[in-house]
Amino acid sequence: MLNVKADFPVFRHSNVAYLDTAASSLTPQCVIDAMQTYYEKFPVNVHRGVYALGYQATEAYEAARDRVAQFINAPRNSVVFTKGASHALNIVAHGLGKTLNPGDEIIVSELEHHSNYLPWVEAAKLSGARIVFVPLNAAGEITVEAFQAVLSPKTQVVALTYVSNTMGTITPLSSLIPLAHEQGAVVVVDAAQAAAHKVIDVSALDVDFLAFSAHKMCGPTGIGVLYGKEAHLNALEPLEFGGEMNDYVSKESVSYKDAPYRFETGTPPIAEALGLAQAVHYLQTIGFEALEAHEKALRAYTLEALLKIPGVTIYNPNAPTGIIHFNLDGVHPHDAVSAFDEHDVAVRAGHHCAQLMMQWLNVPATLRASFYLYNDFEDCDRFIASVKAAQAFFAGVGF
Amino acid sequence: MDRLHNLYRQIIMDHYKKPRHQGLIDDPGYTNVHLKNPSCGDDITIAVKREGSTIVDVRHQGSGCSICCSSASVMADLMIGKTVSEANTLTAMYASMLQGDTFDESMLKEASAYQGIKQFPARYKCATLAWKAFEAALKEEGESYVR
Repeated sequence: MLNVKADFPVFRHSNVAYLDTAASSLTPQCVIDAMQTYYEKFPVNVHRGVYALGYQATEAYEAARDRVAQFINAPRNSVVFTKGASHALNIVAHGLGKTLNPGDEIIVSELEHHSNYLPWVEAAKLSGARIVFVPLNAAGEITVEAFQAVLSPKTQVVALTYVSNTMGTITPLSSLIPLAHEQGAVVVVDAAQAAAHKVIDVSALDVDFLAFSAHKMCGPTGIGVLYGKEAHLNALEPLEFGGEMNDYVSKESVSYKDAPYRFETGTPPIAEALGLAQAVHYLQTIGFEALEAHEKALRAYTLEALLKIPGVTIYNPNAPTGIIHFNLDGVHPHDAVSAFDEHDVAVRAGHHCAQLMMQWLNVPATLRASFYLYNDFEDCDRFIASVKAAQAFFAGVGF
Repeated sequence: MDRLHNLYRQIIMDHYKKPRHQGLIDDPGYTNVHLKNPSCGDDITIAVKREGSTIVDVRHQGSGCSICCSSASVMADLMIGKTVSEANTLTAMYASMLQGDTFDESMLKEASAYQGIKQFPARYKCATLAWKAFEAALKEEGESYVR
């Protein structure tokens, strides 16, 4: 098992059993240091100043892009820094939306986070295209068969999550993507929940667009990544216009840069890019095999105990990732989470920005515990104890 | 009393299990306001009927956690028969109680039970949703809500 709690300064200030990484991960000292380096040593703008500090800042920023490109096995010009996965998905939905026509179809699923649903709803509204849902199987998974049943020559866009943020299921992308390409569809993948936990190889997947956020993978808030095949990116109309993204500006005409810069107008999140690159380095040093094994061991240990407790409904008992999606019978999740908080156990309650999934499960809200590299068996024990204590408390006050 | 017992007092549990004034009435004399807490799914409609400056009825319907649902029942109980100006005094007093300020227990009556919320700032929205809807209905800001 990994033993990395000491890398995370928050644990010097808090004794929390933090089980909400699926919302946001904690930050290791090395990432904080990387961001501080920028503000201490070359806190100036990139791609502008023709002086030594400006050059240093630009070098560091572009080196961060190289690191991320290597991380997902992409050419460097395919890596756009964005504000986060939501921003990245909005860029793609806006750009592709401009190319859609009435009668075209966009395939999504009920597993989608609102960030990979609402941009497509808007794109469909503006273009007259239609949203089509892949039916999920009983376990809440997207299967190849169900996907084939909705795929057709009308399909122009396939926008699916890689790992569900509620069910923890993995979409069989390597089987789906060739099928979508056979029909001429473009495939957009929301990897916000995947990037922190598994090796992503965009070239092997042959995915057209893929988005993720730094803050779910030990990186800072305020930055994410849009990967796109270069030809696709350069054909996409930008969502935002302004400084640095342009090539030539006159009263008569304007032209825009190629990717990635055509999508990076304004001063980018420079310190955050350095932080993201450091987070990638940190995770690679630990190794994704060790990370996955660690998460699976914690989940299996916790699940075994939870399954023995009567009155706990688990929605994803067989999920292959570190998420446990559950409810305490008869207790609203927001009541339950206050009881967990009493034990300094941080669990997420609510609809997890996935209201379609709540409707699929036919519940108003749920609880979610998610494990990451800094969790240990003691966190699991505290969580299990807090579930029992919460049940006892709410039974005692008359729930 | 520990924090959690201080939050889930008997009065709150009683109104949660046996809500008073629940269910909307098909009567154009009511002003309905429908509010949601998008982060957790609490969803409540408050209906207020006035005769002149007197609140003659308050109804509620919705779904959510125990704090949200019970607070609608407690608030309705408290407000029926009050004048608009008394109601405004009470809503202001309830808000300041939740912030940890002083309040008059003899005026807020059962609503005083929600003072435990100040130790759970994350639950503040649960305890205020019904009251916010009531305030809006009093100002007749609510769109007529079709059931």
